[in-house]
Amino acid sequence: MTLRPLPFEREIHDLEERLESLDAQQDQTPEKLEAIKNMRAEIVRLRREVFENLDPWQIVQVARHENRPQTLDYLDLVFDEFIELHGDRAYGDDRAIVTGMARIDGRKVMFVGQHKGRHLKERTLHNYGMPHPEGYRKAIQKMQMAAKYNLPIVTFIDTAGAYPGIGSEERGISYQIAYNLREMSRLPTPIVSVVISEGGSGGALGIGVGNHVCMLQYAYYSVISPEGCAGILWKHAKHADKAARALRFTANDLLEFGVIDKAVPEPFGGAHRNHRQAATNLKVEIVQALRQLSGKSPQELIDHRYDRFRKIGIFEEGATKGDEVVS
Amino acid sequence: MTDEEPNSNDRPAKRGVPEGLWLKCPECQATVFRKQVDRLLGICPECDHHFKVGARTRLEQLLDVGSFEEWMTEMHSVDPLGFVDSRPYKDRLKSEQKKTGMVDACIAGRGYLRGRPVVIAVTDPDFIMGSMGSVVGEKLTRATEKATELRLPLIIVSGSGGGARMHEGILSLMQMAKVSAALGKYHEEGGFFISVLTNPTMGGVAASFASLGDIVVAEEKAMIGFAGPRVIVATVKAPLPEGFQTSEFLMEHGFIDRIIHRKDLRSELAAFIDYFEIAPTKV
Ligand SMILES: [Zn+2]
Repeated sequence: MTLRPLPFEREIHDLEERLESLDAQQDQTPEKLEAIKNMRAEIVRLRREVFENLDPWQIVQVARHENRPQTLDYLDLVFDEFIELHGDRAYGDDRAIVTGMARIDGRKVMFVGQHKGRHLKERTLHNYGMPHPEGYRKAIQKMQMAAKYNLPIVTFIDTAGAYPGIGSEERGISYQIAYNLREMSRLPTPIVSVVISEGGSGGALGIGVGNHVCMLQYAYYSVISPEGCAGILWKHAKHADKAARALRFTANDLLEFGVIDKAVPEPFGGAHRNHRQAATNLKVEIVQALRQLSGKSPQELIDHRYDRFRKIGIFEEGATKGDEVVS
Repeated sequence: MTDEEPNSNDRPAKRGVPEGLWLKCPECQATVFRKQVDRLLGICPECDHHFKVGARTRLEQLLDVGSFEEWMTEMHSVDPLGFVDSRPYKDRLKSEQKKTGMVDACIAGRGYLRGRPVVIAVTDPDFIMGSMGSVVGEKLTRATEKATELRLPLIIVSGSGGGARMHEGILSLMQMAKVSAALGKYHEEGGFFISVLTNPTMGGVAASFASLGDIVVAEEKAMIGFAGPRVIVATVKAPLPEGFQTSEFLMEHGFIDRIIHRKDLRSELAAFIDYFEIAPTKV
């Protein structure tokens, strides 16, 4: 395999290279074959150990691996059909967000997803997955259409954030994200939102107000990027690992805070090692969520989504007295 | 009670306008008499520069004397992440409370504006930069729900340079959705929401409730935007246009309805309320 090893996979990678050269040798003796077998077992053991103990910064690195499946990959692997619809009806086609008609498990849905692109040309086309206002406008326009025809909506989140540019501000990125939050919260149709890799702040949330919000195991979802946070707090992006630990943005953290409903398991060693398996796991989760939501009436769906977000937040109401709370 | 304790009923120290008998205007550099600036609602007599005003002062400026009934006075943050940067978030909260006389960055309640009953909430630009964490999000949500229930106009005055509060991580981000959802319901029920943007209103606050007014107005030359200007410069590697991310820039691009001088804010808000009366029951 030619996957780039992650920084914390160095040791595993060295073993893999040694294994490869042993494997390639012509004069295999029983001893050598035994060594090869042991080495394979050791690699599996090591990888399991490493992946069971990933720290938040390592999770970010997995989430950003260039071979990690992206929205268009999942459209192929998870959905039976996809017909793209481009128009935002106001300004232009923002390729950082892809929208259209899709089918999953025989069910018609409206799909909305952020796509980053893998190679330079594709990344440029999709603006590295960083949408402008027109992308969010297209997204909500398609979602509103879905609601009109009682189609469920599936959104895939994968963005470092909304694009921080001049045109983005001129065309009202703040307003457009705000509008999406408000309008998504009132749509009378089931919405399933999945953070597949990076959930970057308001740019992620702008398509993320779902009835069911889930996240792949090694995705992260944060109010600010670890680099951005490190830049503000420790004056340099090189402290991103420290920021990653402070921000509590992994799937497990978010489950604990009630921000997501499910952490979807990834294949051994991360989704980039087995796209098909990652897609299958996602598909199972989405289909199940859609099935559960399909029993609700339009008003129940709106109320369910309202209550879901209404509950989020941690605070106390008694008077403060030093460190203790008197209620 | 020790004097270290935050108490929302205390009269806060005058802020925004620096301490002292005289002060220097950062805009025109004139040395002006402090009392005169206060009398002018925090405005430079020489050049009209709008100094920042704290949340409590803002409420005094807008509401009829003695009419404000504050809600949720003791709601406070509990440091859900155990967040530590140069110092623990818990300590930061305490010193911000001491500095501002507020428990968190938002004050909410009901009162009368020139005789008109309103639900009103104000974020304070000086409490961790007016940023929104769980407390601000919850207060704004409840205030909106209360306005929905009472069928009253809702005014939110934002002074939030900090956007969604980093120290509470993802919980802060989710407050954007929570408040916006409450505003969505209020909107559907025929509510009337006036959003007043003051210097500065950025990030997750700009990208949620602050942009959602039926009427959106701003004080002049306020800094309003989503991404911080330094982030934008680092991304686009080009100079920013003159007046970028100011109230005037936003009005030019169609995102706010009026720029209002602070001395006229109260009367204009009253006029809006008179025009857009909420029907007593949902149509
Ligand atoms: Zn001046």
